[in-house]
Amino acid sequence: MTAPVAPANPGMVTLTIEGRIVVVPPGTNLIEAAKTAGVLIPHYCYHPSLPVAGVCRMCLVEVEKFPKLTPACATSVGEGQVVHVHSDKAREARKGVLEFLLINHPLDCPICDQAGECELQDYTFAEGRKDSRYMEPKRFNPMEDFGGDVLYVPNRCILCTRCVRFMDVMAKDPVLNVSERGDRAYIGKFEGRDLTHAWAGNVVDLCPVGALLSKDFLNRARAWELDRAASVCPSCSQGCNVMLETRDNVVVRIRPRPNAAVNQHFACDVGRMNYRWINRRDRLEYPVARTANALTPASWSEAVQQAAAAIGGATHVTVLASPSLSNETLFLLSRIAVHVGASSVMTMERGDEVPLPGVPDLSLRAERVANHTGAALFGSTESDAPLASLAAGDVLIVADAAASVTTIPDGVRVVVIGTVLHESLLPHVVAALPVCNFAEEDGTFTNLRGRVQRFLQAKAAPAQARPSYRVVGELATALGAGSFPPLAADVFAVMAATFPAFTGMTYRTLGLQGAPLPLLVEASA
Amino acid sequence: MGYPHLSHGRETPVISKYFGDAEARTLAGWQARGGYEVLRQALATDPVDVQNVVKDSGLRGRGGAGFPTGVKWSFMKPDGKTHYLCINADESEPGTFKDREIMRWTPHQLVEGAAVAAHAIYAETAYIYIRGEYTEPIARVREAVREAYAAGILGANAMGSGKRVDVHVHKGAGAYICGEETALMNSLEGRRGNPRIKPPFPAVAGLFAQPTTINNVETVCAAIHVLRNGADWYKSLSSPSNPKSTGTKLFSVCGNVARPGNYEVGMGFSMKEFLWDVCGGPPPGRSFKAIIPGGSSVPILTPEECEGAVMDYEGIQAAGSLLGSGGVICFDDTQDMVRQIARLARFYAHESCAQCTQCREGTAWTTKILERIRDGQGTMKDLDTLLEIADNMTGKTICVLSDSCATPVVSGLKKFRHEFEAKIPKNRSSVMVPSFTTAAA
Repeated sequence: MTAPVAPANPGMVTLTIEGRIVVVPPGTNLIEAAKTAGVLIPHYCYHPSLPVAGVCRMCLVEVEKFPKLTPACATSVGEGQVVHVHSDKAREARKGVLEFLLINHPLDCPICDQAGECELQDYTFAEGRKDSRYMEPKRFNPMEDFGGDVLYVPNRCILCTRCVRFMDVMAKDPVLNVSERGDRAYIGKFEGRDLTHAWAGNVVDLCPVGALLSKDFLNRARAWELDRAASVCPSCSQGCNVMLETRDNVVVRIRPRPNAAVNQHFACDVGRMNYRWINRRDRLEYPVARTANALTPASWSEAVQQAAAAIGGATHVTVLASPSLSNETLFLLSRIAVHVGASSVMTMERGDEVPLPGVPDLSLRAERVANHTGAALFGSTESDAPLASLAAGDVLIVADAAASVTTIPDGVRVVVIGTVLHESLLPHVVAALPVCNFAEEDGTFTNLRGRVQRFLQAKAAPAQARPSYRVVGELATALGAGSFPPLAADVFAVMAATFPAFTGMTYRTLGLQGAPLPLLVEASA
Repeated sequence: MGYPHLSHGRETPVISKYFGDAEARTLAGWQARGGYEVLRQALATDPVDVQNVVKDSGLRGRGGAGFPTGVKWSFMKPDGKTHYLCINADESEPGTFKDREIMRWTPHQLVEGAAVAAHAIYAETAYIYIRGEYTEPIARVREAVREAYAAGILGANAMGSGKRVDVHVHKGAGAYICGEETALMNSLEGRRGNPRIKPPFPAVAGLFAQPTTINNVETVCAAIHVLRNGADWYKSLSSPSNPKSTGTKLFSVCGNVARPGNYEVGMGFSMKEFLWDVCGGPPPGRSFKAIIPGGSSVPILTPEECEGAVMDYEGIQAAGSLLGSGGVICFDDTQDMVRQIARLARFYAHESCAQCTQCREGTAWTTKILERIRDGQGTMKDLDTLLEIADNMTGKTICVLSDSCATPVVSGLKKFRHEFEAKIPKNRSSVMVPSFTTAAA
């Protein structure tokens, strides 16, 4: 035994990976340590959010003074270690693993949904054999419906067991297992159980190959045809970071985007599936204003002027705003409300809370809206009967609230700022201003823990629809409530200067991972 | 003792002394033969002293790896945690059946050994994991444990020592891999029998994540005799020329041999004398073609290599193989080595736990190629492919099942290449595989 080496950096471990000096906390595994040096150690079964299995043997690396190649996922860093990821020995070992994985893997990439985002494809392309020495018939097992949104194609499975571990450890709903032994093994489903857990869809993302597929996305698009935009899931107040994936301006898939502080690598099935409304075609596409007794298309300035005139002449103004609007838009609405002395109300859709037990504080929240924390910050109060106090002479501003706006008393005039125009409102509307939905504009949401997170534009808006913050900003200016900049980042800056809760925050500091409200950080310190 | 054959004069029966003696099976019979006296003394001795005697004796693990038993025990410190002892009676290595006879004839020897070992590692609980196919041994050991509890030898106040020693018998469900120590623990815990990644080693976090020692049946039985007669006596049983391998070893001899059975000889015994004299050599009119000296996972030896070898850990290693579990498999000149090696490979392909890629895919692929060669459908290129696959399967997986499959292939191809070549149709460079027929088979 050699004497322990004095650490070069106290409290940390210093080692060399591919010739680069790496300093990481003790207990870090070699894959994570290598990432900090920009070195990717190829792997299949390892996943940062799951317990280590060490079974794919793809991440074997050469560590000097170790007798054998060692799995990087299951090896903790050691002071002074010298790790070789791309040595001949390590490359040969990976080539061997790739050959073994491919002997029974169908070469059906052209019809496989995973193609283009498949780790088996990528690593084979990078360092696999160019031919196959396997002459025997390939193993065959039929496709199986795993329930929920998941389809299992066993022929493509490399038995990394990520899905099994996710259901066991994260969902704590052990539905999956490894059945049989040897090369007969496959992922099995316990008798009578299905992947119906609200978070089960994650196994599709976790699968490094095309063995677990989303039925919803099945044969919908090739991975390389998709455009991706960093976003935040609007389906509940958890604020899971997601990627909106579009093809030809149509959102076709929502997948989680890693954020250790919010959702790790996961998103629930409700969030994943709730994207069709983003693509709806029956949108309000151009401004309309009331002339004489009819609603007719109007220019933006006419419509805004008409809305402002109505609001200015109202006995009382009520703002009914969706708590799924961005902070920026809600802030500007609050400027209008303060200026005209309006009351701000909101309604909230609720459902069952479904946690993912393996991750602390990660849940499909009961409040199925994206930004009720923000809405409350800007003075909106929740109400079961938001329109009860409306009386003739009042103006109601409906800001993208799907709201069950059923009975509006006669004599109440309505200004709509929204993506759609509800038929029930038509007799009351004085002006309707078409806005983008969250996938068509930039903005931020504040989640239920007070974390402010940015979302980016993923698709183009229909026809003349404009970003909501811009439309509300123009209306506020027309009402004399001040002048506001036309870009989301600048509106955010004005907001941060106005509301102490956001002090010091900018789009730059938020980045794509978000940050908790400064006041909350202070309070918890 | 060469059970079922008569003992040979050159044997040194210590563990196998009472094989064939039905009386030794009962508690009364075992006690009449001096049984449980070692346990009584051990329970009154500090575990460290027990460890030291075994350390001094040079006793090494008899399950295959040959790790010094006393050293293994000394990893277990009185740290206030619950310790466990596992007795590996899975004996799944093809060609090995020594533990079976120990359990059939002297179940109390195992129970006593388990109790002593449990005490030596500060454990109160020992699990004896017996493979499911061993119906008679399971019944015998269960009966012995029942008798021992009834007599107060086991339980809360073992032999009046005030110490608790519990022994549980667990029946395996019949998987080769459950003889691997960490897979055995998983199996005991009720999980799928998959080997675990080390570290953590069992001495740190083993069964139920507690410090655990796992010993072979023969090892703990040998430990009783070490403690009864002393370390020097034990060392005197083996050849003085090699102090690294001490005491006696049970060898299970099977295959094409005149007197198959279990034989106990001192370490360092001449292999030539063992095979041709003690075991009676090949069947009449035949000659040996190949010998696997330590269970199916070790390299195959030719009779010539065996002639000069001595039977201990280092001696067999010097001859190019391993002592392993002591399962000696003999092949005579009528055997087809390609068929035999293909059969071994098929066994490993069937038993792979399917965790590691190399093992899951490699064992099955190796089998398919070997069986194709066996059936006259091989090519010369297949032989190189086999060796390259074997190289990719060696030293890269969690446990050594993958290596075990590669070993007979590599040594077989090295030593019996002519038999492989003889099965390959001349000048054939590629082959049309009858895929539809083999797929259905």
